[in-house]
Amino acid sequence: MRLINRRLSRGGAILAGIVPFALALAVYGIASQARLSENPDDKLLPAFSSFAQAIDRMALEPSRRTGEYLFWKDTLASLRRLAKGVAGAAAIGLVFGVSLGVIPWVGSHLSPFVRALSMIPPMAILPVLFIVFGLGESAKVALIIIGSAPFLVREIEQRVRELPREQFIKAQTLGASSWQIITRVVLPQIVPRLVDAVRLTLGSAWLFLIAAEAIASTEGLGYRIFLVRRYLSMDVILPYVVWITVLAFALDALLRRVNGWVFPWYGRAT
Amino acid sequence: MSFLAVRNLWKEYGDHVVLERVGLSVEKGEFVAIVGASGCGKTTFLKLLLSEEQPTRGEISLQGTRLAPEPGSDRGVVFQRYSVFPHLTVLQNVMIGLEFDGAPVMGRLFGARRRACADASREMLATVGLSEATGLYPDELSGGMQQRLALAQALVQSPRILLLDEPFGALDPGIRLDMHELVTGLHESLGLTVFMVTHDISEGFKLGTRLLVFDKIRQDPHSPQSFGASITFDLPTAQERSSGEVHEIEAAVHGSETR
Ligand SMILES: Nc1ncnc2c1ncn2[C@@H]1O[C@H](COP(=O)(O)OP(=O)(O)OP(=O)(O)O)[C@@H](O)[C@H]1O
Ligand SMILES: [Mg+2]
Repeated sequence: MRLINRRLSRGGAILAGIVPFALALAVYGIASQARLSENPDDKLLPAFSSFAQAIDRMALEPSRRTGEYLFWKDTLASLRRLAKGVAGAAAIGLVFGVSLGVIPWVGSHLSPFVRALSMIPPMAILPVLFIVFGLGESAKVALIIIGSAPFLVREIEQRVRELPREQFIKAQTLGASSWQIITRVVLPQIVPRLVDAVRLTLGSAWLFLIAAEAIASTEGLGYRIFLVRRYLSMDVILPYVVWITVLAFALDALLRRVNGWVFPWYGRAT
Repeated sequence: MSFLAVRNLWKEYGDHVVLERVGLSVEKGEFVAIVGASGCGKTTFLKLLLSEEQPTRGEISLQGTRLAPEPGSDRGVVFQRYSVFPHLTVLQNVMIGLEFDGAPVMGRLFGARRRACADASREMLATVGLSEATGLYPDELSGGMQQRLALAQALVQSPRILLLDEPFGALDPGIRLDMHELVTGLHESLGLTVFMVTHDISEGFKLGTRLLVFDKIRQDPHSPQSFGASITFDLPTAQERSSGEVHEIEAAVHGSETR
Protein backbone atom coordinates (compact mmCIF):
# COMPACT_ATOMS: atom_id res chain seq x y z
CA MET A 1 0.00 0.00 0.00
CA ARG A 2 1.18 3.53 -0.71
CA LEU A 3 2.64 5.48 2.17
CA ILE A 4 -0.01 8.19 1.75
CA ASN A 5 -2.78 5.62 2.29
CA ARG A 6 -1.39 3.92 5.37
CA ARG A 7 -3.14 4.95 8.55
CA LEU A 8 -2.90 3.90 12.18
CA SER A 9 -5.85 2.70 14.21
CA ARG A 10 -7.26 5.15 16.77
CA GLY A 11 -5.37 3.65 19.68
CA GLY A 12 -2.26 3.38 17.55
CA ALA A 13 -2.48 7.03 16.60
CA ILE A 14 -2.64 8.09 20.26
CA LEU A 15 0.37 5.92 21.10
CA ALA A 16 2.23 7.25 18.07
CA GLY A 17 1.55 10.78 19.30
CA ILE A 18 2.99 10.00 22.72
CA VAL A 19 6.24 8.56 21.37
CA PRO A 20 8.02 11.88 20.63
CA PHE A 21 7.15 13.21 24.10
CA ALA A 22 8.51 10.07 25.76
CA LEU A 23 11.63 10.19 23.60
CA ALA A 24 12.31 13.82 24.44
CA LEU A 25 11.93 13.10 28.17
CA ALA A 26 14.22 10.06 27.90
CA VAL A 27 16.90 11.97 26.00
CA TYR A 28 16.75 14.74 28.58
CA GLY A 29 16.98 12.26 31.46
CA ILE A 30 20.02 10.54 30.01
CA ALA A 31 21.82 13.79 29.16
CA SER A 32 21.07 15.26 32.57
CA GLN A 33 22.36 12.17 34.34
CA ALA A 34 25.52 12.17 32.24
CA ARG A 35 26.31 15.79 33.10
CA LEU A 36 25.44 15.43 36.79
CA SER A 37 27.59 12.32 37.22
CA GLU A 38 30.53 14.36 35.93
CA ASN A 39 29.74 17.46 38.00
CA PRO A 40 27.03 17.24 40.70
CA ASP A 41 26.83 21.07 40.81
CA ASP A 42 26.00 21.35 37.12
CA LYS A 43 23.08 23.77 36.63
CA LEU A 44 22.38 23.39 32.94
CA LEU A 45 20.34 20.16 32.93
CA PRO A 46 18.89 19.63 36.42
CA ALA A 47 17.62 16.21 37.48
CA PHE A 48 13.86 15.57 37.57
CA SER A 49 14.07 15.60 41.37
CA SER A 50 15.36 19.19 41.28
CA PHE A 51 12.34 20.17 39.19
CA ALA A 52 10.07 18.60 41.76
CA GLN A 53 11.77 20.56 44.51
CA ALA A 54 11.56 23.80 42.56
CA ILE A 55 7.88 23.30 41.79
CA ASP A 56 7.25 22.47 45.41
CA ARG A 57 9.08 25.62 46.50
CA MET A 58 7.38 27.93 43.97
CA ALA A 59 3.87 26.54 43.81
CA LEU A 60 3.08 24.70 47.01
CA GLU A 61 4.85 26.72 49.71
CA PRO A 62 4.45 30.40 50.50
CA SER A 63 7.47 32.52 49.67
CA ARG A 64 9.66 33.08 52.69
CA ARG A 65 10.02 36.77 51.93
CA THR A 66 6.46 37.78 51.01
CA GLY A 67 4.29 34.87 52.10
CA GLU A 68 2.83 34.53 48.60
CA TYR A 69 2.64 31.48 46.38
CA LEU A 70 4.86 32.89 43.63
CA PHE A 71 3.98 30.41 40.91
CA TRP A 72 0.24 31.08 41.17
CA LYS A 73 0.74 34.79 41.61
CA ASP A 74 2.84 34.85 38.42
CA THR A 75 0.30 32.75 36.54
CA LEU A 76 -2.59 34.95 37.57
CA ALA A 77 -0.77 38.17 36.69
CA SER A 78 0.23 36.87 33.27
CA LEU A 79 -3.17 35.44 32.41
CA ARG A 80 -4.87 38.67 33.46
CA ARG A 81 -2.64 40.72 31.15
CA LEU A 82 -3.04 38.23 28.35
CA ALA A 83 -6.84 38.25 28.70
CA LYS A 84 -7.02 42.05 28.72
CA GLY A 85 -4.71 42.36 25.73
CA VAL A 86 -6.37 39.66 23.66
CA ALA A 87 -9.87 40.91 24.50
CA GLY A 88 -8.88 44.45 23.52
CA ALA A 89 -7.32 43.28 20.28
CA ALA A 90 -10.35 41.11 19.47
CA ALA A 91 -12.75 44.02 20.08
CA ILE A 92 -10.70 46.28 17.81
CA GLY A 93 -10.44 43.51 15.23
CA LEU A 94 -14.18 42.96 15.24
CA VAL A 95 -15.27 46.60 15.07
CA PHE A 96 -12.74 47.72 12.49
CA GLY A 97 -12.58 44.49 10.52
CA VAL A 98 -16.33 44.38 10.06
CA SER A 99 -16.58 48.09 9.19
CA LEU A 100 -13.74 47.81 6.68
CA GLY A 101 -15.18 44.70 5.13
CA VAL A 102 -18.82 45.77 4.92
CA ILE A 103 -18.77 49.52 4.27
CA PRO A 104 -16.89 50.28 1.04
CA TRP A 105 -15.92 53.86 1.82
CA VAL A 106 -14.55 52.96 5.26
CA GLY A 107 -12.50 50.26 3.55
CA SER A 108 -11.21 52.72 0.96
CA HIS A 109 -10.09 55.09 3.70
CA LEU A 110 -8.61 52.67 6.18
CA SER A 111 -7.50 49.47 4.42
CA PRO A 112 -4.14 50.85 3.18
CA PHE A 113 -3.53 52.46 6.57
CA VAL A 114 -4.18 49.24 8.48
CA ARG A 115 -1.97 47.35 6.03
CA ALA A 116 0.85 49.82 6.74
CA LEU A 117 0.27 49.64 10.52
CA SER A 118 0.46 45.86 10.50
CA MET A 119 3.97 46.09 9.04
CA ILE A 120 5.36 47.89 12.11
CA PRO A 121 7.30 45.41 14.25
CA PRO A 122 5.53 45.79 17.63
CA MET A 123 8.72 45.16 19.62
CA ALA A 124 10.28 48.20 17.98
CA ILE A 125 7.69 50.47 19.57
CA LEU A 126 7.79 48.83 23.00
CA PRO A 127 10.03 51.68 24.30
CA VAL A 128 7.46 54.16 23.01
CA LEU A 129 4.77 52.34 24.98
CA PHE A 130 6.84 52.44 28.14
CA ILE A 131 7.38 56.16 27.62
CA VAL A 132 3.71 56.84 26.95
CA PHE A 133 2.07 54.48 29.43
CA GLY A 134 4.82 54.27 32.04
CA LEU A 135 6.10 50.96 33.34
CA GLY A 136 2.71 49.85 34.72
CA GLU A 137 0.17 47.35 33.55
CA SER A 138 -1.19 49.39 30.64
CA ALA A 139 2.06 49.33 28.66
CA LYS A 140 2.13 45.53 28.72
CA VAL A 141 -1.52 45.21 27.75
CA ALA A 142 -1.00 47.85 25.05
CA LEU A 143 1.89 45.88 23.56
CA ILE A 144 -0.32 42.79 23.20
CA ILE A 145 -3.09 44.87 21.66
CA ILE A 146 -0.79 46.67 19.25
CA GLY A 147 0.90 43.42 18.36
CA SER A 148 -2.30 41.48 17.62
CA ALA A 149 -4.95 43.99 16.57
CA PRO A 150 -3.71 44.88 13.04
CA PHE A 151 -3.55 41.21 12.14
CA LEU A 152 -7.05 40.63 13.53
CA VAL A 153 -8.47 43.64 11.70
CA ARG A 154 -7.07 42.43 8.38
CA GLU A 155 -8.09 38.85 9.07
CA ILE A 156 -11.68 39.80 9.93
CA GLU A 157 -11.91 42.17 6.96
CA GLN A 158 -10.83 39.28 4.76
CA ARG A 159 -13.32 36.86 6.32
CA VAL A 160 -16.14 39.38 5.86
CA ARG A 161 -15.27 39.78 2.20
CA GLU A 162 -15.36 36.00 1.85
CA LEU A 163 -19.00 35.81 2.91
CA PRO A 164 -20.93 34.98 -0.27
CA ARG A 165 -22.10 38.09 -2.13
CA GLU A 166 -25.46 36.33 -2.45
CA GLN A 167 -26.09 36.71 1.28
CA PHE A 168 -25.77 40.49 1.12
CA ILE A 169 -28.08 40.67 -1.90
CA LYS A 170 -30.55 38.31 -0.28
CA ALA A 171 -30.65 40.33 2.93
CA GLN A 172 -31.34 43.49 0.93
CA THR A 173 -34.21 41.80 -0.90
CA LEU A 174 -35.62 40.96 2.53
CA GLY A 175 -35.59 44.66 3.33
CA ALA A 176 -32.56 44.79 5.62
CA SER A 177 -30.77 48.09 6.33
CA SER A 178 -26.96 48.28 6.49
CA TRP A 179 -27.15 48.15 10.26
CA GLN A 180 -29.42 45.09 10.21
CA ILE A 181 -27.12 43.36 7.73
CA ILE A 182 -24.16 43.98 10.01
CA THR A 183 -25.89 42.88 13.21
CA ARG A 184 -27.89 39.92 11.93
CA VAL A 185 -26.01 38.60 8.93
CA VAL A 186 -22.35 39.58 9.30
CA LEU A 187 -21.60 39.65 13.05
CA PRO A 188 -23.11 36.26 13.95
CA GLN A 189 -21.13 34.63 11.17
CA ILE A 190 -17.93 36.52 11.91
CA VAL A 191 -17.69 35.91 15.68
CA PRO A 192 -16.74 32.22 15.35
CA ARG A 193 -14.20 33.22 12.69
CA LEU A 194 -12.87 35.84 15.11
CA VAL A 195 -12.40 33.15 17.73
CA ASP A 196 -10.39 31.14 15.21
CA ALA A 197 -8.33 34.20 14.33
CA VAL A 198 -7.69 34.85 18.02
CA ARG A 199 -6.44 31.27 18.37
CA LEU A 200 -3.92 32.04 15.65
CA THR A 201 -2.72 35.21 17.41
CA LEU A 202 -2.38 33.62 20.85
CA GLY A 203 1.16 32.52 20.05
CA SER A 204 2.35 36.03 19.31
CA ALA A 205 0.29 37.42 22.20
CA TRP A 206 2.30 35.20 24.58
CA LEU A 207 5.50 36.40 22.93
CA PHE A 208 4.60 40.06 23.49
CA LEU A 209 3.47 39.34 27.05
CA ILE A 210 6.68 37.64 28.05
CA ALA A 211 8.82 40.26 26.33
CA ALA A 212 7.04 43.09 28.16
CA GLU A 213 7.23 41.25 31.50
CA ALA A 214 10.91 40.53 31.01
CA ILE A 215 11.68 44.22 30.64
CA ALA A 216 9.54 45.85 33.29
CA SER A 217 7.53 43.97 35.85
CA THR A 218 7.40 42.75 39.42
CA GLU A 219 5.39 39.59 38.81
CA GLY A 220 4.38 37.33 35.95
CA LEU A 221 5.63 34.18 34.30
CA GLY A 222 7.96 36.07 31.94
CA TYR A 223 9.28 38.22 34.74
CA ARG A 224 10.12 35.15 36.87
CA ILE A 225 11.95 33.39 34.05
CA PHE A 226 14.14 36.38 33.32
CA LEU A 227 14.70 37.05 37.04
CA VAL A 228 15.97 33.59 37.94
CA ARG A 229 18.09 33.47 34.77
CA ARG A 230 20.65 35.49 36.78
CA TYR A 231 21.12 32.50 39.09
CA LEU A 232 21.08 30.01 36.19
CA SER A 233 18.02 28.42 37.84
CA MET A 234 17.16 26.02 35.08
CA ASP A 235 15.14 24.04 37.66
CA VAL A 236 12.68 26.95 37.76
CA ILE A 237 12.92 28.14 34.16
CA LEU A 238 12.12 24.83 32.49
CA PRO A 239 8.98 24.05 34.55
CA TYR A 240 7.78 27.61 33.85
CA VAL A 241 8.32 27.11 30.13
CA VAL A 242 6.42 23.82 30.24
CA TRP A 243 3.64 25.50 32.23
CA ILE A 244 3.36 28.35 29.68
CA THR A 245 3.14 25.75 26.93
CA VAL A 246 0.42 23.88 28.78
CA LEU A 247 -1.54 27.09 29.36
CA ALA A 248 -1.26 28.10 25.69
CA PHE A 249 -2.36 24.64 24.60
CA ALA A 250 -5.30 24.62 27.02
CA LEU A 251 -6.46 28.09 25.95
CA ASP A 252 -6.39 27.06 22.32
CA ALA A 253 -8.33 23.88 23.01
CA LEU A 254 -10.85 25.77 25.14
CA LEU A 255 -11.54 28.34 22.42
CA ARG A 256 -11.95 25.61 19.84
CA ARG A 257 -14.44 23.74 22.01
CA VAL A 258 -16.42 26.85 22.88
CA ASN A 259 -16.71 27.68 19.17
CA GLY A 260 -18.15 24.25 18.52
CA TRP A 261 -20.69 24.50 21.35
CA VAL A 262 -21.87 28.05 20.78
CA PHE A 263 -21.93 27.93 16.96
CA PRO A 264 -23.04 24.41 16.04
CA TRP A 265 -23.49 25.41 12.38
CA TYR A 266 -19.93 26.66 12.10
CA GLY A 267 -17.31 24.54 10.39
CA ARG A 268 -19.81 22.22 8.75
CA ALA A 269 -19.94 22.38 4.97
CA THR A 270 -23.01 24.14 3.59
CA MET B 1 -48.76 50.61 -19.04
CA SER B 2 -47.18 47.25 -18.43
CA PHE B 3 -46.29 45.84 -15.02
CA LEU B 4 -42.57 45.64 -15.78
CA ALA B 5 -41.04 47.51 -18.70
CA VAL B 6 -37.46 47.21 -19.98
CA ARG B 7 -36.51 49.88 -22.50
CA ASN B 8 -33.41 49.74 -24.73
CA LEU B 9 -31.24 48.15 -22.03
CA TRP B 10 -27.45 47.93 -22.50
CA LYS B 11 -24.89 46.51 -20.12
CA GLU B 12 -21.18 46.86 -20.77
CA TYR B 13 -18.21 45.93 -18.62
CA GLY B 14 -15.46 48.12 -20.06
CA ASP B 15 -15.17 47.16 -23.73
CA HIS B 16 -17.18 44.02 -23.19
CA VAL B 17 -20.77 44.49 -24.34
CA VAL B 18 -22.84 41.85 -22.54
CA LEU B 19 -26.38 42.97 -23.33
CA GLU B 20 -27.56 45.32 -26.02
CA ARG B 21 -30.91 46.74 -27.05
CA VAL B 22 -32.95 44.57 -24.69
CA GLY B 23 -36.59 45.57 -24.70
CA LEU B 24 -39.35 43.77 -22.87
CA SER B 25 -42.76 44.28 -21.43
CA VAL B 26 -44.17 41.86 -18.86
CA GLU B 27 -47.63 41.72 -17.31
CA LYS B 28 -48.43 40.86 -13.72
CA GLY B 29 -48.67 37.13 -13.14
CA GLU B 30 -46.50 36.09 -16.07
CA PHE B 31 -43.89 33.39 -15.56
CA VAL B 32 -40.96 34.36 -17.77
CA ALA B 33 -38.45 31.60 -18.44
CA ILE B 34 -35.08 32.75 -19.78
CA VAL B 35 -32.72 30.48 -21.71
CA GLY B 36 -29.53 31.16 -23.63
CA ALA B 37 -25.98 29.97 -24.13
CA SER B 38 -23.64 29.96 -21.16
CA GLY B 39 -22.05 33.36 -20.65
CA CYS B 40 -24.57 35.19 -22.85
CA GLY B 41 -25.74 37.47 -20.05
CA LYS B 42 -28.76 35.82 -18.41
CA THR B 43 -27.44 36.32 -14.90
CA THR B 44 -26.44 39.86 -15.84
CA PHE B 45 -30.02 40.54 -16.90
CA LEU B 46 -31.33 39.27 -13.55
CA LYS B 47 -28.74 41.40 -11.73
CA LEU B 48 -30.10 44.43 -13.56
CA LEU B 49 -33.66 43.49 -12.59
CA LEU B 50 -32.42 43.13 -9.02
CA SER B 51 -30.47 46.44 -9.13
CA GLU B 52 -27.37 44.54 -8.09
CA GLU B 53 -25.85 46.05 -11.25
CA GLN B 54 -26.79 49.29 -12.96
CA PRO B 55 -27.60 49.44 -16.68
CA THR B 56 -25.07 51.22 -18.89
CA ARG B 57 -27.94 52.56 -20.97
CA GLY B 58 -31.69 52.21 -20.91
CA GLU B 59 -34.00 51.72 -17.96
CA ILE B 60 -36.25 49.29 -16.17
CA SER B 61 -39.48 50.34 -14.53
CA LEU B 62 -41.78 48.42 -12.24
CA GLN B 63 -45.42 49.59 -12.23
CA GLY B 64 -44.39 52.79 -13.92
CA THR B 65 -41.62 53.69 -11.47
CA ARG B 66 -37.94 53.40 -12.29
CA LEU B 67 -36.19 50.75 -10.22
CA ALA B 68 -34.30 51.97 -7.16
CA PRO B 69 -30.51 51.70 -7.65
CA GLU B 70 -30.18 49.01 -4.97
CA PRO B 71 -31.97 45.75 -4.16
CA GLY B 72 -35.14 46.03 -2.10
CA SER B 73 -37.99 43.99 -0.69
CA ASP B 74 -40.13 44.57 -3.82
CA ARG B 75 -37.98 42.02 -5.68
CA GLY B 76 -37.27 38.62 -4.16
CA VAL B 77 -34.52 36.29 -5.32
CA VAL B 78 -33.40 32.67 -5.12
CA PHE B 79 -29.88 31.90 -6.32
CA GLN B 80 -28.51 28.55 -7.32
CA ARG B 81 -26.54 28.45 -4.05
CA TYR B 82 -25.88 30.54 -0.91
CA SER B 83 -29.45 31.80 -0.79
CA VAL B 84 -30.05 31.01 2.87
CA PHE B 85 -28.18 32.07 5.98
CA PRO B 86 -26.08 29.20 7.34
CA HIS B 87 -26.07 30.54 10.92
CA LEU B 88 -29.86 30.56 11.25
CA THR B 89 -32.24 27.64 11.62
CA VAL B 90 -34.91 27.00 9.02
CA LEU B 91 -37.52 28.90 11.01
CA GLN B 92 -35.17 31.79 11.77
CA ASN B 93 -34.25 32.02 8.09
CA VAL B 94 -37.87 32.77 7.25
CA MET B 95 -38.52 34.96 10.29
CA ILE B 96 -35.55 37.20 9.60
CA GLY B 97 -37.30 39.02 6.75
CA LEU B 98 -40.28 39.89 8.95
CA GLU B 99 -37.93 40.91 11.74
CA PHE B 100 -36.07 43.28 9.41
CA ASP B 101 -39.41 45.02 8.77
CA GLY B 102 -40.61 45.02 12.36
CA ALA B 103 -37.44 45.83 14.31
CA PRO B 104 -35.26 48.44 12.60
CA VAL B 105 -32.75 48.76 15.46
CA MET B 106 -32.70 45.40 17.23
CA GLY B 107 -33.35 43.33 14.12
CA ARG B 108 -35.25 40.96 16.42
CA LEU B 109 -38.83 40.75 17.61
CA PHE B 110 -39.92 39.82 21.12
CA GLY B 111 -43.03 38.62 22.92
CA ALA B 112 -46.35 38.54 21.10
CA ARG B 113 -44.97 40.08 17.92
CA ARG B 114 -42.31 37.41 17.80
CA ARG B 115 -44.91 34.68 18.19
CA ALA B 116 -47.01 36.18 15.40
CA CYS B 117 -43.94 36.36 13.20
CA ALA B 118 -43.04 32.75 13.98
CA ASP B 119 -46.58 31.61 13.20
CA ALA B 120 -46.58 33.40 9.84
CA SER B 121 -43.19 31.88 9.06
CA ARG B 122 -44.34 28.36 10.01
CA GLU B 123 -47.31 28.78 7.72
CA MET B 124 -45.01 29.72 4.84
CA LEU B 125 -42.75 26.76 5.65
CA ALA B 126 -45.79 24.48 5.54
CA THR B 127 -46.63 25.83 2.08
CA VAL B 128 -43.22 24.76 0.77
CA GLY B 129 -43.29 21.45 2.65
CA LEU B 130 -40.72 22.14 5.35
CA SER B 131 -42.90 21.85 8.46
CA GLU B 132 -40.83 19.00 9.82
CA ALA B 133 -37.50 20.80 9.51
CA THR B 134 -38.05 24.12 11.30
CA GLY B 135 -35.32 23.55 13.90
CA LEU B 136 -32.58 22.37 11.56
CA TYR B 137 -29.68 24.39 10.20
CA PRO B 138 -29.34 24.71 6.41
CA ASP B 139 -26.32 22.41 6.28
CA GLU B 140 -28.54 19.66 7.68
CA LEU B 141 -30.93 20.00 4.72
CA SER B 142 -30.70 18.40 1.29
CA GLY B 143 -30.16 20.65 -1.72
CA GLY B 144 -33.84 20.54 -2.61
CA MET B 145 -34.91 21.43 0.93
CA GLN B 146 -32.47 24.35 0.94
CA GLN B 147 -34.08 25.72 -2.21
CA ARG B 148 -37.54 25.26 -0.69
CA LEU B 149 -36.33 27.24 2.28
CA ALA B 150 -34.92 29.95 0.01
CA LEU B 151 -38.32 30.20 -1.69
CA ALA B 152 -40.16 30.46 1.62
CA GLN B 153 -37.69 33.08 2.82
CA ALA B 154 -38.26 35.20 -0.30
CA LEU B 155 -42.03 34.74 -0.44
CA VAL B 156 -42.74 35.70 3.16
CA GLN B 157 -41.90 39.27 2.07
CA SER B 158 -44.59 39.16 -0.66
CA PRO B 159 -42.26 40.55 -3.35
CA ARG B 160 -43.82 42.01 -6.48
CA ILE B 161 -41.51 39.98 -8.68
CA LEU B 162 -39.55 36.85 -7.93
CA LEU B 163 -36.18 36.28 -9.63
CA LEU B 164 -34.77 32.76 -9.87
CA ASP B 165 -31.26 32.14 -11.27
CA GLU B 166 -30.99 28.46 -12.18
CA PRO B 167 -32.63 27.59 -8.86
CA PHE B 168 -32.76 23.86 -9.62
CA GLY B 169 -29.49 23.62 -11.54
CA ALA B 170 -27.74 21.74 -8.76
CA LEU B 171 -30.57 19.32 -7.94
CA ASP B 172 -31.17 15.68 -8.86
CA PRO B 173 -33.76 15.09 -11.63
CA GLY B 174 -36.36 13.58 -9.30
CA ILE B 175 -36.12 16.43 -6.82
CA ARG B 176 -36.29 18.86 -9.73
CA LEU B 177 -39.72 17.49 -10.62
CA ASP B 178 -40.94 18.03 -7.05
CA MET B 179 -39.64 21.59 -7.19
CA HIS B 180 -41.38 22.19 -10.53
CA GLU B 181 -44.66 21.19 -8.93
CA LEU B 182 -44.03 23.48 -5.97
CA VAL B 183 -43.10 26.49 -8.09
CA THR B 184 -46.00 26.01 -10.50
CA GLY B 185 -48.36 25.78 -7.54
CA LEU B 186 -46.95 28.89 -5.85
CA HIS B 187 -47.07 30.84 -9.09
CA GLU B 188 -50.73 30.01 -9.56
CA SER B 189 -51.92 30.38 -5.99
CA LEU B 190 -50.04 33.60 -5.19
CA GLY B 191 -50.35 35.20 -8.65
CA LEU B 192 -46.60 35.78 -8.66
CA THR B 193 -44.67 37.43 -11.46
CA VAL B 194 -41.59 35.26 -11.95
CA PHE B 195 -38.36 35.49 -13.93
CA MET B 196 -36.47 32.23 -14.05
CA VAL B 197 -33.14 31.58 -15.75
CA THR B 198 -32.59 27.96 -16.72
CA HIS B 199 -30.22 25.90 -18.81
CA ASP B 200 -32.94 23.40 -19.55
CA ILE B 201 -35.20 24.43 -22.44
CA SER B 202 -37.86 21.86 -21.59
CA GLU B 203 -37.93 23.19 -18.03
CA GLY B 204 -38.47 26.65 -19.49
CA PHE B 205 -41.34 25.45 -21.68
CA LYS B 206 -42.88 23.49 -18.84
CA LEU B 207 -42.83 26.13 -16.11
CA GLY B 208 -42.94 29.38 -18.05
CA THR B 209 -45.95 31.06 -19.52
CA ARG B 210 -43.47 32.79 -21.76
CA LEU B 211 -40.00 31.87 -22.96
CA LEU B 212 -37.22 34.34 -23.74
CA VAL B 213 -34.09 33.32 -25.64
CA PHE B 214 -31.00 35.49 -25.21
CA ASP B 215 -28.54 35.38 -28.09
CA LYS B 216 -26.29 37.65 -30.11
CA ILE B 217 -27.88 39.09 -33.23
CA ARG B 218 -24.65 40.50 -34.55
CA GLN B 219 -21.36 38.61 -34.51
CA ASP B 220 -17.81 39.79 -35.00
CA PRO B 221 -15.54 36.73 -35.14
CA HIS B 222 -12.45 38.88 -34.53
CA SER B 223 -13.70 40.60 -31.41
CA PRO B 224 -16.56 38.59 -29.92
CA GLN B 225 -16.89 41.03 -27.04
CA SER B 226 -17.95 44.00 -29.09
CA PHE B 227 -21.55 42.87 -29.55
CA GLY B 228 -23.92 41.85 -26.80
CA ALA B 229 -26.90 39.54 -26.57
CA SER B 230 -30.49 40.60 -27.02
CA ILE B 231 -33.79 38.74 -26.90
CA THR B 232 -33.96 36.71 -30.10
CA PHE B 233 -37.10 34.71 -29.32
CA ASP B 234 -40.05 35.75 -27.19
CA LEU B 235 -42.74 33.08 -27.26
CA PRO B 236 -45.85 32.22 -25.32
CA THR B 237 -45.34 28.61 -24.19
CA ALA B 238 -48.98 27.56 -24.30
CA GLN B 239 -49.26 26.97 -28.03
CA GLU B 240 -47.70 24.13 -29.99
CA ARG B 241 -44.21 24.72 -31.39
CA SER B 242 -43.15 23.62 -34.83
CA SER B 243 -40.13 21.35 -34.61
CA GLY B 244 -38.16 23.85 -36.71
CA GLU B 245 -38.67 26.57 -34.16
CA VAL B 246 -37.68 24.33 -31.23
CA HIS B 247 -34.63 23.32 -33.19
CA GLU B 248 -33.63 26.94 -33.72
CA ILE B 249 -33.95 27.66 -29.99
CA GLU B 250 -31.89 24.62 -29.15
CA ALA B 251 -29.24 25.79 -31.57
CA ALA B 252 -29.15 29.19 -29.89
CA VAL B 253 -28.82 27.67 -26.43
CA HIS B 254 -26.60 24.67 -27.03
CA GLY B 255 -25.07 25.04 -30.47
CA SER B 256 -23.38 28.29 -29.63
CA GLU B 257 -21.95 27.34 -26.27
CA THR B 258 -18.52 26.73 -27.71
CA ARG B 259 -18.21 29.89 -29.70
N1 LIG C 1 -18.57 42.04 -13.05
C1 LIG C 1 -18.22 41.69 -14.30
N2 LIG C 1 -17.15 42.26 -14.90
C2 LIG C 1 -16.80 41.91 -16.15
N3 LIG C 1 -17.44 41.01 -16.90
C3 LIG C 1 -18.52 40.41 -16.37
C4 LIG C 1 -18.96 40.71 -15.04
N4 LIG C 1 -20.06 39.97 -14.78
C5 LIG C 1 -20.28 39.22 -15.88
N5 LIG C 1 -19.37 39.50 -16.84
C6 LIG C 1 -19.32 38.88 -18.16
O1 LIG C 1 -20.59 38.99 -18.74
C7 LIG C 1 -20.88 37.83 -19.51
C8 LIG C 1 -22.22 37.30 -19.14
O2 LIG C 1 -22.17 36.75 -17.85
P1 LIG C 1 -23.45 36.10 -17.15
O3 LIG C 1 -23.04 35.61 -15.82
O4 LIG C 1 -24.56 37.06 -17.20
O5 LIG C 1 -23.75 34.88 -18.12
P2 LIG C 1 -24.88 33.78 -17.98
O6 LIG C 1 -25.71 33.85 -19.21
O7 LIG C 1 -25.59 33.88 -16.70
O8 LIG C 1 -24.01 32.46 -18.03
P3 LIG C 1 -24.28 31.07 -17.30
O9 LIG C 1 -25.35 30.39 -18.11
O10 LIG C 1 -22.99 30.36 -17.42
O11 LIG C 1 -24.69 31.33 -15.90
C9 LIG C 1 -19.75 36.84 -19.27
O12 LIG C 1 -18.93 36.85 -20.42
C10 LIG C 1 -19.01 37.41 -18.10
O13 LIG C 1 -17.63 37.18 -18.24
MG1 LIG D 1 -25.69 32.68 -14.90
